Amino acid sequence: MAMARRPVSPHWQVYRFAYTMALSILHRATGLVLSLGLLLLAAWLAAAATGPDCYAAFREFAGSWPVKVLVGGGIVAFCYHLSNGVRHLLWDLGLGLERAEARRSGRIVVVTTVLLAAALLWLFLFRGAVS
Amino acid sequence: MTDPARALSQVLGRGSAHEGAHHWRVQRLTALALLLLCPWFVVSLALLPQLDFTTVRAWAGSLWHAVLLSLLVISLCWHSQLGVQVVIEDYVRGATRGAGLVLSGFVHVLLAAIALLAIVRLTLGAP
Repeated sequence: MAMARRPVSPHWQVYRFAYTMALSILHRATGLVLSLGLLLLAAWLAAAATGPDCYAAFREFAGSWPVKVLVGGGIVAFCYHLSNGVRHLLWDLGLGLERAEARRSGRIVVVTTVLLAAALLWLFLFRGAVS
Repeated sequence: MTDPARALSQVLGRGSAHEGAHHWRVQRLTALALLLLCPWFVVSLALLPQLDFTTVRAWAGSLWHAVLLSLLVISLCWHSQLGVQVVIEDYVRGATRGAGLVLSGFVHVLLAAIALLAIVRLTLGAP
C-alpha cells in the first residue's frame, strides 16, 4: 500500500504547460498508432501474396470509409513521428537542446507535419490510389 | 567488489537494466534505417499509377524492391517493439506488465514473419 502513495517522477503536474510537452507525448501516441498500422502493412502484403481474390477483398476493406479515415489518421501520425523523430535524433547528437531552439524545432515539426501530411493524404487517399 | 560478474558488468557499463545502452542504441539505429526506408517506400508507392493487384505484384516482384521492403519490415517491427516495450514499462504495473511485454513481443515477431514470408512469395511468384 505504501507503494501506491509514492511520488512519481517526472512531476509533470507542477510545471506550467508548454506546447513542447504536448509535442513530447504526441511522439509516443503517434508511435503507438503506427504500431497498429503494422497490422495493415502485414495484411496488405499477405493479401498481395495470397492472390487476386484475397487482394480484391483487402482493397474493398481498405477502401471503406471507416478504414479510410483510420488510414488518414495513420498518415498524419506517420508524418509527425517521422519529423519529430529527426528532432529526437538531432537531440541525441547534442544539437538544439536549448529551450528556445527546442521550441523553434517544435514549430518546424508542426509545419513539416502539416505540409507532408497534406501531400501524402492527397496522394494516397484523394487521388483514389488506395481504394 | 567480490563478484566477478558484477565487476565485469560495471566495467562494461551495463547499469541496472543489465543490458547497457543496447535498447537505446538499437532504437536509434532502426530510426535511422527507417528515415531512409520510409521515404523510399512512400515515394515508390506514390509513383505507381494505381495500387491494383497486377501493379503491386509486379512492383514487389522486383528483387530490389523485395530487398528494401524486407529491410523496411524488419526495421519497422523492431523499432515498434522497442517503442511499445518502453510504453508498457512506463505505464503498466503488476502482472499485466509482464504479460503485455510477452504479448507485444510475440505479435511483433508474428507480423514480421507474415510480412517477410509474403514478400518472399511475391518475389518468387508462387501462386
